[in-house]
Amino acid sequence: MGLSYSFTVKENVLVVRLAGELDHHEAENLRETWKEKLYTQPIKHVLLNMEAVTFMDSSGLGVILGRYKEVLQLGGEFVVCSVSPMIGKIFEMSGLFKIIRQEENELKALMTLGVAS
Amino acid sequence: MRNRMYLEIASISENESFARVAVGAFISQLNPTMDELMEVKTVVSEVVTNSIIHGYNEEPNHTIEISCQLYDGEFDLIITDYGKGIEDIEMAREPMYTSKPELERSGMGFTIIENFMDSVEIESSVGKGTSIHMTKMLSSKKTKVVHE
Repeated sequence: MGLSYSFTVKENVLVVRLAGELDHHEAENLRETWKEKLYTQPIKHVLLNMEAVTFMDSSGLGVILGRYKEVLQLGGEFVVCSVSPMIGKIFEMSGLFKIIRQEENELKALMTLGVAS
Repeated sequence: MRNRMYLEIASISENESFARVAVGAFISQLNPTMDELMEVKTVVSEVVTNSIIHGYNEEPNHTIEISCQLYDGEFDLIITDYGKGIEDIEMAREPMYTSKPELERSGMGFTIIENFMDSVEIESSVGKGTSIHMTKMLSSKKTKVVHE
């Protein structure tokens, strides 16, 4: 099934929407593209929309943690939204929710990052 | 019900999704819950990925064996590689530990495996390989026990 993704910039927020399965096989391409989008535009915050992700394992966690660290370096905040219960369990287990704020959906998350709809 | 399945795959990352989908399809005959199915698929993905990245250093022409058995609702899963083995199993099991931080590994693989399976045994010898034996009771059986 694979993974597809789109990157949109709203003010200073990079919105990353993932769809499909995020595993080790998909992780590398995602990482490369994500880094390029992060550093070639004036970005401060990242919003990761997980709504259409049907599978994720610890390789996905690695990619998310890596980008989280980069956003901290930029002085911004990393927010995740629309996390399914199963993926939420994996986030919980790994302590990710202790460092990354979770919002219910993209609209709410963007509002908290100061982006007017 | 008794059933078994054996799968041998090449150590390439394309096979991570194939392996988890194949094992998922195999256990579906026991009508597991969606959560159980996802948990098993996640575990297969974790172990196969470990074999590819750590066991075989991402060299493509090695073998990973996946052996599954169903016995009265208990699912038995053994995944074996003949790679470099794990030097310190206790350390490998530690949450957040990874031997390859440069690859942006989260170090959460074993933690996820242990959370999603009922039992996990790791046998490994350096230079020979690693075999992970896991079991999980699936709920179709759990429900039956309740009614008995």
